[in-house]
Amino acid sequence: MDVLMGSRLQFAVAAMFHFLFVPLTLGLSVLTAIYETLYVKTGDEDYKRAARFWGKLFLINFALGVVTGITLEFQFGTNWRYYSEYVGDVFGSLLAIEATLAFFLESTFIAVWHFGWKRLSPRLHCLAIWLVAVGSNISALWILLANGWMQHPVGYVMRNGRAELASFWKVFTNPFGWLEFFHTVSAAYILSGFFVMGVCAYHLLKRNEVDFFKKSFRVAATFALVFALFEVFNGHLHGAEVAKTQPTKLAAMESLWETKKGAPMYLFIWPDPEHERNAIELGKIPGLLSFLAHHSFSAEVKGLKDFPRDERPPVLLTFLSFRLMVGLGMLFVLLSLWAWIKRNRIEESRLLLKLLLLSIPLPYIACELGWMVAEVGRQPWIVYGLMKTEQAVSPISPFQVLVSLTAFIVVYTALGIIDFYLLAKYAKRGPERA
Amino acid sequence: MERNIFQVVWFVLWGVLWTGYFVLDGFDLGAGLLLPKLAGGETHKRMVYNAIGPFWDANEVWLITAGGATFAAFPRAYAIMFSGLYAALLLLLFCLIFRGVALEFRSREEDPLWRKRWDTVFTLSSLLATVLLGVAFANIFKGLPVDGKGIIHGGIFSLLNPYGILGGVLFVLMFAVHGASWVYYRATGELEERARTLALKLWPFEFAVSALFLAASIVFTNLWNNYFRHPVLFVFPLLAIAGFVLTFVFLRSRKALASWLSSALTIIGAVAWGLAGLFPNLLPSSISPAYSVTVYNSSSSPLTLKVMTAVAFIFVPIMLAYKFWVYKNFSGKLTEEDVYGEEVY
Ligand code: HDD
Ligand code: HEM
Ligand code: HEM
Repeated sequence: MDVLMGSRLQFAVAAMFHFLFVPLTLGLSVLTAIYETLYVKTGDEDYKRAARFWGKLFLINFALGVVTGITLEFQFGTNWRYYSEYVGDVFGSLLAIEATLAFFLESTFIAVWHFGWKRLSPRLHCLAIWLVAVGSNISALWILLANGWMQHPVGYVMRNGRAELASFWKVFTNPFGWLEFFHTVSAAYILSGFFVMGVCAYHLLKRNEVDFFKKSFRVAATFALVFALFEVFNGHLHGAEVAKTQPTKLAAMESLWETKKGAPMYLFIWPDPEHERNAIELGKIPGLLSFLAHHSFSAEVKGLKDFPRDERPPVLLTFLSFRLMVGLGMLFVLLSLWAWIKRNRIEESRLLLKLLLLSIPLPYIACELGWMVAEVGRQPWIVYGLMKTEQAVSPISPFQVLVSLTAFIVVYTALGIIDFYLLAKYAKRGPERA
Repeated sequence: MERNIFQVVWFVLWGVLWTGYFVLDGFDLGAGLLLPKLAGGETHKRMVYNAIGPFWDANEVWLITAGGATFAAFPRAYAIMFSGLYAALLLLLFCLIFRGVALEFRSREEDPLWRKRWDTVFTLSSLLATVLLGVAFANIFKGLPVDGKGIIHGGIFSLLNPYGILGGVLFVLMFAVHGASWVYYRATGELEERARTLALKLWPFEFAVSALFLAASIVFTNLWNNYFRHPVLFVFPLLAIAGFVLTFVFLRSRKALASWLSSALTIIGAVAWGLAGLFPNLLPSSISPAYSVTVYNSSSSPLTLKVMTAVAFIFVPIMLAYKFWVYKNFSGKLTEEDVYGEEVY
């Protein structure tokens, strides 16, 4: 294994693992804040218990979110040295701003919330969890502006042999970054909504604390439905932006080989990258791809063959990840709609409850797939059109990378197992007695 | 690249971030590495955990921000240092991972064996992280074999030279006294007295190793050169010495908070001493001064530095204000009942 392959694998492992915990932090902080606000507004003790119960699950999840984030912050330097030198002028500042604005806020106020039940007034305590929610969502914005810049670099000039900042405003308003932000945050809210609904379903199936879990469920169902709908809409806009800025990624996402006017969409495709064609194409819908990508049924969509082989991303992985994510997105709309309709008498719909319990992992899978589309689809570029991944890697020894990669895999697997075990344990235990 | 004032501003801010990190995470690392010495039974252990509970995570953010600021303000230094110190840095990161999860996981199971294991993980990872930080900074003070391409030669074991090891020992003692005085400030009952006695016992060692380190720096580093050029800088080592003496005085006269603040002053003085001696280098080259990574040859463009300065001047004071509020409200005395219940570690 060479340093490049090892570093790519290591970054993928570290980032994907981090993102197992990030979405629940982003969404469950908001839901916990909503429950606690309902308590402050109505005085209903059930909502206080809800805030405590979901908040405890939040804390268990948050712990791994934090520790896995720290390694990422430093990996740009350890493994992507030439990348860091080449783009640090633009990219580094976004990371530093994230830490200054967001990480201090969330890490400080999560402790205030955790330790402050007796020390603070209910209003102040409720404010603390809102500040955590705001802090973590601000952190998402800045890191996604950073990632958005790698996807679609703007606001820079080439000077002194590197990319230097030319307009901070352009970097801040990069549409690609904002689309990623809305898409990722909605994904996180969907995931958290399904998480809460799933845990509620577990208890409702056992007829445990029915009133309590129905209250939590109603909020989560509405939350999940709103963002599942929004996700399809902004995901589509996101795809159109990809078509405009990263034609190779779009072609790979759709497994489109020939450049076409009025490009069709197929319900079922199996790519055959070796022969630069699709082995199977079934269920043709004429013009749909052109319409989705460029909002016109006759527009031209570039195919992979228009690009040199060494500038194409891995097609199969990008294509499959994209299809599956979109499919899951549609499923989430249906499921959350069903749950929302039944929300007031949910304990009677045992089939739905069982489905919801089984659905807990699905949004996790969708999120990981989404990142595969975004990151694998960007290859071979580390900064699209500007720097190739292979030029970015540090001059370190393969042995070092092998050792660290192994350590990441072993340690993360162990900690992941413990964390999910604890989450399950406390989720099953249910809230404190009233 | 042209020289500009923002490069100096960012060197100072960079120094402030590291100082903040060592002063704050220093006490929870110190309390962690002393855990088996400080605490016998479960109640005392809980007291130690809860003494640092509301703070350790936010304290670690200073490190993240220092890393992020290095990336933003001196990207070339970030790139060279972090790839060149690959093994040591990753080892440090794994220590921080283990420390964080030990704190969170420990109290989630009743089983005494589970708790004992996480206590061990917590102590060892705190200790190793402290040693690594000390060794790394001592080696940076001394200079590393950076060549003309910005590649650092020699592996992790070449960091374990006598001066580097001395730096590691110094950090352990500094953080241990700092951590013990924090526990002394927050604990009650038997543990309070135990922490005080331990801090007093460690103090002479801290003092001796510090003196040795300052002297060794004359031989192994060029840190003192800046001092003879600009004698006003001597306030930093003097601050550190004042902090030392006051720590001892206040520990003796049972003024807990004052002794912790004095120990903080020691750390501030010590870090400022080292960094002021380093300037304008961020990483001196032991091969040739021409290859040294300095604030001038590694910085970001003036525009980036200006944007970052604006961000820092607006948001750091806000951050300091709420952090101060949290310390004020959440660092009272802990009683034995306080550490049992839902909202604690
Ligand atoms: C969309 C959101 C998102 C994405 C793409 C990332 N993160 Fe993250 N990160 C968060 C959202 C987040 C968060 C929600 O703010 C976390 C997750 C759990 C947590 O505790 O805070 C967090 C924690 C977290 C921490 C610890 C903060 C603390 O101690 O409180 C660091 C240093 C990073 N992240 C750094 C990164 C880096 C360098 C990434 C890029 C490769 C990255 N994160 C991707
Ligand atoms: C947390 C969510 C993220 C996930 C799940 C993720 C996933 C991945 C994956 C799978 C790869 C490997 C791609 C390949 O080598 O084929 C990768 C690479 C990379 N990503 Fe991400 N990524 C995430 C966020 C980010 C962010 C926010 C940034 C930048 C701020 C980023 C920067 C990079 C870099 C520098 C590489 C290494 C170069 C490369 O192999 O492309 N990633 N990521
Ligand atoms: C149903 C319609 C959906 C569409 C049309 C859609 C579209 C897209 C597109 C085009 C990308 C790639 C953007 C890039 O290259 O950077 C993407 C990425 C992503 N998707 Fe989706 N998506 C949908 C549903 C979902 C769902 C349901 C989830 C999770 C619950 C999800 C999570 C993600 C994530 C985490 C990313 C990576 C971050 C980003 O690039 O924004 N998506 N999506």
